[in-house]
Amino acid sequence: MNREREADPALRLGEQATGPHGSRLLSGWFTTGARAGLTEHLARYGPPPLPQTGRPATALIRAVDEAGLTGRGGAAFPTGRKLRTVAEARGTAVVIANGMESEAASRKDSTLLDLAPHLVLDGASLAAAAVGADEIHLCLARTRTTQFRDLDVAVAERYRAGLDPVPIRLHGLPHHYVSSEETSLVNWLNGGQARPLPTPPRPFEKGVDGRPTLIDNVETLAHLALIVRYGPHWFRSAGRPDAPGTTLVTLSGAVRTPGVYEIPLGTTLAAMVQTAGGATRPLRALLVGGYFGSWLLADQVQNLPYTKPDLATAGAGPGAGVLFALPDNGCGLSETARVLDYLARQSAQQCGPCRFGLPAVAGDFATLAWGRPDAALLARLRQRAGLLAGRGACRHPDGASRLAATALEVFVDEVHRHLTHRRCPGARTAPLLHVPDAPGPEQEGWQ
Amino acid sequence: MSHQHILGIDRIACEGRGLCGELLHELVDLDEWGYPIIPDPTVPDQLLAHAKRAVAACPVLALRLDRVERPPNR
Repeated sequence: MNREREADPALRLGEQATGPHGSRLLSGWFTTGARAGLTEHLARYGPPPLPQTGRPATALIRAVDEAGLTGRGGAAFPTGRKLRTVAEARGTAVVIANGMESEAASRKDSTLLDLAPHLVLDGASLAAAAVGADEIHLCLARTRTTQFRDLDVAVAERYRAGLDPVPIRLHGLPHHYVSSEETSLVNWLNGGQARPLPTPPRPFEKGVDGRPTLIDNVETLAHLALIVRYGPHWFRSAGRPDAPGTTLVTLSGAVRTPGVYEIPLGTTLAAMVQTAGGATRPLRALLVGGYFGSWLLADQVQNLPYTKPDLATAGAGPGAGVLFALPDNGCGLSETARVLDYLARQSAQQCGPCRFGLPAVAGDFATLAWGRPDAALLARLRQRAGLLAGRGACRHPDGASRLAATALEVFVDEVHRHLTHRRCPGARTAPLLHVPDAPGPEQEGWQ
Repeated sequence: MSHQHILGIDRIACEGRGLCGELLHELVDLDEWGYPIIPDPTVPDQLLAHAKRAVAACPVLALRLDRVERPPNR
C-alpha cells in the first residue's frame, strides 16, 4: 500500500500531549512509557474541572456539542445530543461507563483503561455533572480480573482524594458478545440477566431503576474529559471539520506491528495500515468495524478516509475501531465462517433470527468454507443471511448479516473456487482473525 | 392530526407460532422457522380489522399495533 502521510494536524496541548500519531488519550503512555497513576494524572491534567454543584451544566454540554464528539463504542451517535436528552429527561439521571469491550478483535478500551484510567473516570464524573446524575456505574468484563482490580484501586484512590462528588461503582458482568449492548447493561444492573431487552423504552428514557440513563463507551468519556479541559476548538484541531478529533483503533492481521493506535479521524485506510508498520504481504481485503463489520477489497479502499460518512459510502462503518488486514494468501470465507460460528454461539438465544437463522447461516457458511457446497447452498445462504437484519431485539443479527453479506460480495473469486471444489490455499491454514475460544453463555450463564 | 397504525413485534416474546402470518398474510410473511417477516409495518386502513384480529390471536402477546402520527408526505 502507498505510504500516505497526511499533513500532521498539529495538536497543541503543550509538549506533554503531543506524541506519535498525534496522540491525546495515550499521550502519557508515549511520554513516559508507563500507565498514568493518579499522582501523574493530576500533575499532567489537574483535577477534573467539575461545574459547581447546583449550577446547570449547560456550558459543559455545549462544549461537547461544539466539539462534535461522537460515541466511540460503535454507533457514532453525537455525544452532546445524548447528554442533552438525558439531562432534560424527567427524573434523576444515572451514568453508565461501558468498558465491556466484547468485540474480540478490539483491544482499545482495555488499553485505555490500563494506560489512562483516570481520564475515563474524569469523563464519567464530568458526564454525571452534565446530566445531573447521582450514580455512576463502570461496567467491566468479569473475566478480566486484573483490569477490575486495577480500576478498583484507582477508584479508591480518587475517593480518598475527594475527586468524584458522585461515587463510581464498579461491576463485573458476564462477558458474552451481546452483554455489552446497552440494554444488557441496564438489564443486569437492574438485577436481571446481561442479555438485551426489547426496545422501546431506550435506556436514555428509562434505564437503571427506571431512570434516564446515559451510557457512554469509556473512550468517549476520556475524550469528553479532555474537551472540558481544553475546549471544542482544541478538539477540532485534529481530524476533519465533519469528523473531528482522534479515535482509538485496533489494527491487526497482516501488519508488521499490530496493536492499538490513536489516529486523527479522516486518516485513510492505507495510512492506518502504515501506522501499524505496513503490510507484511500484499493485502486481499480489509475487515472494517470488527465482527459486525464489513469486508472491503484492499485495492479499492486505500484512499478511503476513516470517518463514518466516508466508510458508509463503501457500505461500512467504524464500529468499535477495528481494522483487520487479510493477506492475499488468506481465505476470507473461512475467516468469516469462524466468526459467524462464534457469533451464533454467543447470541442471547432470545429471538427467532438468533435462535434459528444465525446458526443456520453459520452452518451454511461453514459448508461453503470447508464442505462441498453447491449453487443451491449458496442461494439458500444468501437468502437466509438477508433475512437476519432488523428482526431481533438488538442488532446482533444485523451485524452478523452484514459480515456474511459483504464476505459473499468481496470474495466472489473464492466463492467460485470453493463451488468448483478447486484447492483454496487459505482455507485449511491456521486462523488469521482471532476468534476467542471463550466459554459460551450455556456454560457461564447470564447472571 | 392524522394517524396511522404500525405493527410492532416483541422479538423476545415471539415464539414463531406463525398465527400472524396466517391471519395477516397481506403484511406478514414467515421465515422457514415460522418467525414473522414484515417488509412494511404500516397497516393500510382497509387491513386494520385483520391486523387487530391478528394481534388478539397471538398466543404469546408478542404482536402489537401502535397508533402513531402519520409522517408528512406519506
